[in-house]
Amino acid sequence: MPRTGVFICHCGTNIAGTVDIDKAVEASRNFPGVVHADEYRYLCSEMGQDIIKKAIEEQDLDRVVVGTCSPRMHEATFRKAAAEAGLNPYLLEVANIREHCSWVHKDMGEATPKAISLLRAAAAKAALNTALEAPRLDVEKRALVIGGGIAGIQAALDIAEAGYEVDIVEREPSIGGRMAQLEKTFPTLDCSACILTPKMVEAAQHPNVNLLTYSEVEEVKGFVGQFDVKIKKKARYVDSVKCTGCGICWEKCPSKAPSEFEMGLAKRKSIYVPFAQAVPNVPVIDRDSCLYFRKGRCQICEKECPPQAIDYEQQDEIIERRYGAIIMATGFDQLDPTIYGEYGYGQHPDILTGLEFERLFNASGPTGGKIVRLSDGKPPKKVVFIQCVGSRDKARGMNYCSKICCMYTAKQAVLLKEKVPDAKSYVFYIDVRTAGKGYEEFQRRAAEEYDVAYLRGQVGKIFPEEDHLVVRGVDSLSGRLIEINADMVVLAAASIARCDAPEVGRLVGINSDSYNFFNEAHPKLKPVETHTAGVFIAGACQSPKDIPDTVSQASAAAVKAIGLLSKDKLQGEACTAEVNQAECSGCLYCEAVCPYSAISPVEIEERYHGGTLKRTVAEVNPALCKGCGSCTVACRSGTINLKGFSNEQILAEVDAICLQR
Amino acid sequence: MRYRYFPGCTLKGQAKNMEDTTMAAAEALGIELVELPEWQCCGAVYPLYEDELISLLSPVRTLAAAEGEPLVSLCAACHHVLKRAQELMSRNEDARTKVTDFLEVEYSGEGRVLHFLEVLRDDLGFDKLAEMVKKPLEGRKAAAYYGCLLLRPSKVMQFDDPENPSIMEDLLKALGADVVKSPYRTECCGAYLSVTEEGVAADTVDRILDSARSAGAEVLITACPLCRYNLENCARDDGKKPLKVYYFSELLAEAMGLTVETAGDDSSKEEVSQR
Repeated sequence: MPRTGVFICHCGTNIAGTVDIDKAVEASRNFPGVVHADEYRYLCSEMGQDIIKKAIEEQDLDRVVVGTCSPRMHEATFRKAAAEAGLNPYLLEVANIREHCSWVHKDMGEATPKAISLLRAAAAKAALNTALEAPRLDVEKRALVIGGGIAGIQAALDIAEAGYEVDIVEREPSIGGRMAQLEKTFPTLDCSACILTPKMVEAAQHPNVNLLTYSEVEEVKGFVGQFDVKIKKKARYVDSVKCTGCGICWEKCPSKAPSEFEMGLAKRKSIYVPFAQAVPNVPVIDRDSCLYFRKGRCQICEKECPPQAIDYEQQDEIIERRYGAIIMATGFDQLDPTIYGEYGYGQHPDILTGLEFERLFNASGPTGGKIVRLSDGKPPKKVVFIQCVGSRDKARGMNYCSKICCMYTAKQAVLLKEKVPDAKSYVFYIDVRTAGKGYEEFQRRAAEEYDVAYLRGQVGKIFPEEDHLVVRGVDSLSGRLIEINADMVVLAAASIARCDAPEVGRLVGINSDSYNFFNEAHPKLKPVETHTAGVFIAGACQSPKDIPDTVSQASAAAVKAIGLLSKDKLQGEACTAEVNQAECSGCLYCEAVCPYSAISPVEIEERYHGGTLKRTVAEVNPALCKGCGSCTVACRSGTINLKGFSNEQILAEVDAICLQR
Repeated sequence: MRYRYFPGCTLKGQAKNMEDTTMAAAEALGIELVELPEWQCCGAVYPLYEDELISLLSPVRTLAAAEGEPLVSLCAACHHVLKRAQELMSRNEDARTKVTDFLEVEYSGEGRVLHFLEVLRDDLGFDKLAEMVKKPLEGRKAAAYYGCLLLRPSKVMQFDDPENPSIMEDLLKALGADVVKSPYRTECCGAYLSVTEEGVAADTVDRILDSARSAGAEVLITACPLCRYNLENCARDDGKKPLKVYYFSELLAEAMGLTVETAGDDSSKEEVSQR
């Protein structure tokens, strides 16, 4: 017979207000196996824990039941206390008499018997509890950062500075991401490249950072501390060791394709670096447009390359490495506004998205930094900015606010006025949202000092007429219809998740919300963690974000990763599933339902009628198992048990509640 | 390709030429349009209130009469009412039970409800049509005018992008015409205001025609008898060069090399002015 102690918490009046504590203590003394029962005002306090510890030692208790709040709150606290008194922590059981009882009932006459029932069930289960040990797992002291934008660069640098190795995997030929495409950054108007390039170079030169550009993650296996990752390094057709980045190849290359970096507004060569400050400064050959790959002739780059770095035979390479932690920093895309037929995007060269307009400001951009209309090369005198193109639109776009558009529109209007002093800007908005340090001041300055007209309302139609664009909208404050003959229209298209975010998320085992942004583990208290241990998220892959928020989140994710890497061993899950292989029929239903890929088939040998028989049964990898219990339900012969939650333990609880009356 | 065909009142009078040219072209294209026997009014106007079920009796009877076969109409207003009635029948069980019980018919929203333009685009295909064209409309500067009934509400009509449609331009392209686009092609034609507020209708029609003219159009096609009536009859006579308005089917028949004997526009105009 076990020697069980029951301890009941008042939680101030949270429990004691609705549950008659004295009655509950009295009833507990009569439960089978209970040798001691006590109560205290705040059991989770030092004093309360001491009461439990002292009783374990003095009363020689081998099982403990605490009637308190939810185990999610304080199970760890009480288990630790039990362990300090020399008891295996898994021999302690929590009866949730607060959230499941006192908080949801008003009447003491009803709540008290229910609390007693819950305590009785916990005592019945505790009697069957066994001592469990959590496995100790190794930690590979290296991190993987997926995505080489400002989020990925910042996270990688922080991890590297803490003394750990870190690999950045970037799909594009250069790191830098979206921030590299920007001209100036709000609200201080520092030049984006001037503050980003040093970080890119630092990442490239840091002894702990390893850049894998033009590469993609193919497969992730394993678990926290030991992720086994396959990375495909796509063939550049240029030997990165020999290449000096002299640029002769892309100067001489005769074929062109639309530049992804310039949002298709300019051409790049078939052998190219995406932008002048690219890191690494090693070009790639784009097979789809290269004359040699398409038609088998040309080879000019090979002939012209001084260090003979061109290698048409180069193959994709698969790199396999183990990582202790993974940070997802895969960034965002811009919504294609063609779904808004009324804005006429794509039908006229002077209707641009925000990111396209941004490129016009850049000295190395498609217009060499001149703000001109792409239709006729003339500087625009009237520019209409339209906010919330696809944001805050339940009917056709995204329900959410893209967060950055109000500020970058104000910024672009200010920059426009500086470059084209006689230009006039009009901004159609729903609300102006400028939460952020110095943001409101900046936007007010745009309106008051830079002559930007803010019009509260939406645009219903844009169409070309003669040499201008007619923008027809409504000013909802005056209730008037407005018609502006604009020279250029800039659409603040919504920031959206990368189109392949769900697949990339599945690779590392994290899920996405209904917009395909990655889910954090808790929206307030675990903003960079995910539901998969060891995988963290940073930047706009989680939700639309500006640069300061992205950098903060990247550093936060880095700290979480560093915390993980700094441990020599990780404590695994003790309550894992266990297969009784003698009874297992090998149907492997459990393998199909396991969300953590922790179950696999294994062949065992059995004695059978004097001979031996080989057969397949299920086996649980305790390092991967999270103890969710799906397999125990799926198992047709009931031969899988969850340690700490065995079928016998659960039934004992049910019996304790149902058989008492 | 076999379809049940619902003509509606206008196609037998005012817009007889749309029916005649469509029938001739359909035959040449191998599209069989079988007219529903004893058809009746389409319902004319889709009710503004979802519980105004009495107006749905007529269109639901028509939908049920198609016996699950694809049902094609030509008049934009007829197609609009039939398509929306079908959508309500498939979505709203309460409305469906009341209407079908009253009519003593079985209908639960089945069958495709199509405008003839959709048959050309989705079932025949404009590529195929282009191959079958005998006399391409080369050098003819043609613009399309959509109006509202085919496009909106877009989630129900599922016809085309309501802000930037392309089906009629694609048709004109297939017929070999020189397509021009006018920004006012989806604006209101004035609808029934041509009866009560002539000035308003005149403003809208003038804008539509001026915009098509300045885009370089010589002819304008439409699929809606009311739009055509307004475009032809409501414009202020300001001596500008005339812009000929056609039903899409007239240019279709012409490009198919067909000469169709039909009541024509003039007689239809007279008919209206006599009222």
